[in-house]
Amino acid sequence: MIIITNDKVDSGREDGRAFDEIRSLKIEAGVLKRADGSAYLEVGGNKIIAAVYGPRESYIRRLLRPDTGVIRCRYNMAPFSVDDRKRPGPDRRSTEISKLTAEALRPSLLLEEFPRSMVDVYIEVIEAEGGTRCAGITAAAVALADAGIPMKDIVVGCAAGKNNNEIVLDLSEVEDKEGQADVPVAIMPRTGEVTLLQSDGNLTEEEFNKALDLAIEGCMRISEVQREALKAKYGE
Amino acid sequence: MNIIPEITKNSIIGLINNEEREDGRSLNEYRDIVIETDLVSKAEGSAKVKLGDTQIIVGVKPQIGEPFPDTPDSGVLMINSEFLPMADPTFEPGPPTEDSVELARVVDRSIRESEMVDLKNLCILEGKKVWLLFVDLHIIDYDGNLFDAATLAVVAALLNTKLPMVKIENDELIVDKENTSPLKLTDKVTLCTAVKIGDKMVFDPSLEEEAILDARLSIGITESGKICAMQKGGNGSLSQDDIRIAVSTAYSLSKNLLTALN
Repeated sequence: MIIITNDKVDSGREDGRAFDEIRSLKIEAGVLKRADGSAYLEVGGNKIIAAVYGPRESYIRRLLRPDTGVIRCRYNMAPFSVDDRKRPGPDRRSTEISKLTAEALRPSLLLEEFPRSMVDVYIEVIEAEGGTRCAGITAAAVALADAGIPMKDIVVGCAAGKNNNEIVLDLSEVEDKEGQADVPVAIMPRTGEVTLLQSDGNLTEEEFNKALDLAIEGCMRISEVQREALKAKYGE
Repeated sequence: MNIIPEITKNSIIGLINNEEREDGRSLNEYRDIVIETDLVSKAEGSAKVKLGDTQIIVGVKPQIGEPFPDTPDSGVLMINSEFLPMADPTFEPGPPTEDSVELARVVDRSIRESEMVDLKNLCILEGKKVWLLFVDLHIIDYDGNLFDAATLAVVAALLNTKLPMVKIENDELIVDKENTSPLKLTDKVTLCTAVKIGDKMVFDPSLEEEAILDARLSIGITESGKICAMQKGGNGSLSQDDIRIAVSTAYSLSKNLLTALN
């Protein structure tokens, strides 16, 4: 387990972080017994558990592919994870995030080696404080590695955004709600290829480019913590 | 999910790597766009968009209801999409699929974040009565690129939406359907979608191109030049260059789409 804490500096952000500073972050690999792979992640006030089952034979016929394995994802928020109780079960937001998470993780996995199989990724948000989709992807990638699924890289996610007319990294809940834009990004850090990209809010082309660069820089830093978490469990 | 034979896939990739396409378009060229408005007289706003052979009908129905507690002075905009089984042999009746939810949410995000509809204008009585605008997307023929076609259709339908006049007399709402006023709109928005096939980014993908794509990127740009929404899809990845090139190309294509709307 690794903890990054940052020296606080004065800035315009409500929690006093510098524009390119991520919230304190903790990742632990292998936290569940029954799942094939798992991870626990905390970033700022977010608490997330990710679990992986598979590759196992696809019992859902319509998902079965004769030439490759497939990945399925379920992103779910606990009813008690937010201020006003969230009704349990999937809604439109979580359906979309589930789909995007599977698509963000898929490019890193060598599932062609497992035709007719499927990999299930379950992400449970125990407490939410802004940026859960990126945090979920970051945790799920560690859980996939913990499950021993062949992969060419460990996907990592981080958001940048615009708040008080400034492009900032890793938006908190308040910055996300009050901010002018939110750009969640996930990459494969070895090549820098982008596997998740959304944008919500108003940006000029220049601001978008800046946000993308900043998010990628954030991903690179979080990537090191992912690797440390795996090393802590499995040794060098 | 449509299955494309390996041989067709290879031929499409081969063509695209040569900057050619099966239907003779260039990589940044859209298919013909036909927009028809006011085709459902019972709907307060409606439009039908044909993008190549993809066809979408959109209807706007307003209702008077209560605002959300956290935005007591704003109306409500809701966008839903229905992938009708008639549109594709693999579409099934039933609850919305992931693809359908994604489409509705990306279109919703583009419209909402462009601030094209001023929701404050939809307030009738603060905290009590506001207009709820229901925008329903009916996909009737699926031949690729639903995202761009759906956004065009929603914008066209909103442009032609007329709300009944409402008066408050003795604490009672009186809706006057005979007299209407057009919905006030500001910054229009368009969505431009490119897919990565081979090592190229290809705009306005056809059905077959969508079935073999590595990754997809949709970019929402307002008339005033702001990026208001973006969504990556597909099981592959995009390089940072792919993204930057697609964004700057989308800026010029967005102008053509706006022309089609006007």
